[in-house]
Amino acid sequence: MKTIQNIGLGVFLIGLSIFTALLFVGNYEVTPDNFKNFTSIKGISSEIFISEMESKIVGKEFSGPFSISSEVISIVNNANKIHEEKQEWGKKIWDKPHSFSYQLLKASGKGLVIENKMLFWFLTFGLGIIGALLFIIPNVITLGPKGIKNNGIYLNSATNRGWIGWFVFVYLVGFYLLLYFLPDFIVNWTYVVDPISESISGNPASQWFLYGFLYCTVMVVMGIRMYIKYRHNKYQILRTTSVLFFQIVFAFLIPEILVRFEQPWYDFKNAFPLDYDFFYSWSLDQLIASGGLGLFILIWGIVLTLVIVPVMVYFFGKRWYCSWVCGCGGLAETLGDPYRQLSDKSVKAWKLERWLVHGVLVFALMMTAVTLYAYFSGAEGVLGIKTQTIQDIYGLLIGSIFAGVIGTGFYPIFGNRVWCRFGCPLAAYMGIVQRFKSRFRITTNGGQCISCGNCSTYCEQGIDVRAYAQKGENIVRASCVGCGICSAVCPRGVLKLENGPENGRINPTDVLLGNDVDLMTLVNNNKK
Amino acid sequence: MEHIVIIGNGISGVTTARHIRKNSDHRITIISTETEHFFSRTALMYVYMGHMKFEHTQPYENWFWKKNRIDLKKAFVQQLNHEKKELVFSDNETMRYDKLVIATGSKPNKFGWPGQDLGGVMGMYHKQDLENLEKYAPNNKVCNRAVIVGGGLIGIELAEMLVSRNIPVTFLVREKSFWNGVLPEGESAMINDHIKEHHIDLRLNTNLKEIISDTQGNAKAVVIEETGEIIDCNVVGLTAGVAPNVDFLKDSGIELGRGVKVNRLLETNVKDVYAIGDCAEQHEPIGQRRPIEAVWYTGRMMGESLAQTLCGNPTEYKPGHWFNSAKFLDIEYQTYGWVFGRKGRPEYEKHFHWRHEKENICVTIAFHNETNEFLGINTFGIRMRHEFFDKVLTEKRNVNYVLAHLADANFDPEFYKLYESEIIEKFNSENNTNIQLKKKSWKRIFSTKA
Repeated sequence: MKTIQNIGLGVFLIGLSIFTALLFVGNYEVTPDNFKNFTSIKGISSEIFISEMESKIVGKEFSGPFSISSEVISIVNNANKIHEEKQEWGKKIWDKPHSFSYQLLKASGKGLVIENKMLFWFLTFGLGIIGALLFIIPNVITLGPKGIKNNGIYLNSATNRGWIGWFVFVYLVGFYLLLYFLPDFIVNWTYVVDPISESISGNPASQWFLYGFLYCTVMVVMGIRMYIKYRHNKYQILRTTSVLFFQIVFAFLIPEILVRFEQPWYDFKNAFPLDYDFFYSWSLDQLIASGGLGLFILIWGIVLTLVIVPVMVYFFGKRWYCSWVCGCGGLAETLGDPYRQLSDKSVKAWKLERWLVHGVLVFALMMTAVTLYAYFSGAEGVLGIKTQTIQDIYGLLIGSIFAGVIGTGFYPIFGNRVWCRFGCPLAAYMGIVQRFKSRFRITTNGGQCISCGNCSTYCEQGIDVRAYAQKGENIVRASCVGCGICSAVCPRGVLKLENGPENGRINPTDVLLGNDVDLMTLVNNNKK
Repeated sequence: MEHIVIIGNGISGVTTARHIRKNSDHRITIISTETEHFFSRTALMYVYMGHMKFEHTQPYENWFWKKNRIDLKKAFVQQLNHEKKELVFSDNETMRYDKLVIATGSKPNKFGWPGQDLGGVMGMYHKQDLENLEKYAPNNKVCNRAVIVGGGLIGIELAEMLVSRNIPVTFLVREKSFWNGVLPEGESAMINDHIKEHHIDLRLNTNLKEIISDTQGNAKAVVIEETGEIIDCNVVGLTAGVAPNVDFLKDSGIELGRGVKVNRLLETNVKDVYAIGDCAEQHEPIGQRRPIEAVWYTGRMMGESLAQTLCGNPTEYKPGHWFNSAKFLDIEYQTYGWVFGRKGRPEYEKHFHWRHEKENICVTIAFHNETNEFLGINTFGIRMRHEFFDKVLTEKRNVNYVLAHLADANFDPEFYKLYESEIIEKFNSENNTNIQLKKKSWKRIFSTKA
């Protein structure tokens, strides 16, 4: 079994190495035809840009994406500078430089990878999947009889912030930086998923399709790991199935199929304010222009946030979303599961969490208010702040850096729910409902707690579960996403996630059940 | 303002200190020689197994003590001079107290086996035992085999720990079946099987004769009493129970039995000296409880009660209905009320046993053979609600009532398969009854709360 796992690890690493090597290979040549096509689609009227491109780029072959990208970007910047000086705003190229370069490069690749997309899909994704499964599936036997198997987690450098953890951290952060800020460097990666993209949406893959596909793949493979690890725990199995379903069907397939039918790309489960650009003017315009379905999406999006989300949180707690439906939660509960113990449980971290997560919520709401005001009034902004500027700041700081680079990249260092705990505005909103008006709680089973600390250690949200359990108190916390792991790892059967009457949900106790009845009543009532 | 000194920073001492602080401004000092800060002894096993780091076993962050004005002193109390109300530490320093709380816990039993003090021979109780185990059994190359002597809760935990690092374990159990003094036969048999399922070499009806030393003074093998068999090993775990840790009080004038003798107010024979937790021994056992209860929650309860007394509200230690829990490798165990095994079972106690045909799940319900009064329940692989059983025991309900309301009692995670109807079906067919399962009712569950 160990041998199979080692072979699996080897195969996975080969796949990962080839995937990484793809960054550096491949040739790019912008042919005159392609260039003509590109300038007309983009509606480029800058003669400076066109002539410089024609003299320096068009018809020449470049090796790797880096040199051609930097050339193109310097030509764009140069042309823009001149147009700015001359105040020729119509000629300026407004695209983000690397996105602009991405679009040019995507149509200009040559050579081995492009000609053998399926082969390279197999050598990267294929080997990765096969290797990972060979590594994971023998766990059915190696983990021994079913039950909680956290042996060695703090003795392993992958899960205890050791060198493997730091390596994964660097790799993930690097991946997100490329994905968000340097898409033209990862054109090769998008080629290998072109055939899949074309078969679903009819279009070649963008970097977002690549990300969506990779996301689903990673979740399925690591979901299989969850199924094996928690095979004795039906709550975990159903929950994992649910997040996989919503990710693959709602976040991936339906939006791509909508595109095939020339409808807006929309993820029906992605609720505002997590879906922060739902009320952006381009989004509203697009929805309004898309006829019946567009209008339905517009109404659905509003009803989802204002009615469905709070009502569901009232009945089931925010877990219905965070650990059963949400894509971010889905990745955290599959890819992130090996890192859940790394969340910070200190009171300090809790304080920081409350400032940050509610701060982001306020930021998102203010940005949306400004956006909507501008949309309906036609103004460019409010109080001299441009809508565009606020949106850009939010998109960069929250949408990309917080949710992506830190949210996922930092899994191996700060645990798997950094974004959900400290940043997600939807989680903040649901947390307020969950804390003050909900039937959900984690019930503490009388006086059975032995303060061992497994619950707190494995709480991905950094809740000090033990602090409540050892006092016989139910756990009612805004940040709890109801993953159920505290209950699973408890060796004494102390914790149970349940939805019950609001009355008695929060039960401060000093003296615990089982002790002298008079003493319990005396002390616990004095406190109230 | 009095100076209350607590010897021992386990659950009993720390609970006392916390509750004194809630209710008063007394000066509080906790003395310990084991660790600077309170930690959960029950979690030491998870540190070795890599589930946690030692810091995770500490329920309070390090700033907690200063913030709550609880002084911590790391020192070893050598002598108690109650006439002068003074403690003498091992470095001859002294400390005065107004009230003294002895909460020194237990120490592992050693029964005078030859070789019991060799290197690599250890209990599994103190933080130092954990460090010792890390030294002698870091992996299966340094430790080719470990032998564990004594089939109780600590023994099986130590076995689980060693197995987690792939160290072969031989487990010597004196009884003919694991923990059968406490567990009824069927349950004990299920645990025997489960131990073997984990590839632990379980030897029942087996006693240790001696431990053999190598040339460096470390254990290299054990000899079995019954057969004379020699088993090579590098570590010997002595887990044959614990005894109160009260040696330092021998000539102090405090009345000792096996532990420190106390009354229901947890007072010793000497004024202003109290004892709680594992080291306290009741003059008269309370109900069917033992006079010395080495259980986590009883230590906590004694602390809760004593703190009231020390803050001017004299409160007897009155533990309610017996309950407990444990985990045997992968099988969780809970008990509420009394279900006796071999030892001390009253003749009126009748058992009903249900076991899942494939899984390690079973239930034993004890009831009175004449009145049908529900006496207690053991559950394996099913979690049950403490409040439910506390209530039915207080209300002296009969077994039919308990079975009919079993759905209220279930505490398993959501979506788990429920076995109530199967259990009731078996009971009905064995006892010629016609009990119908009632649907789970939140109203009933919450009516248990005052």
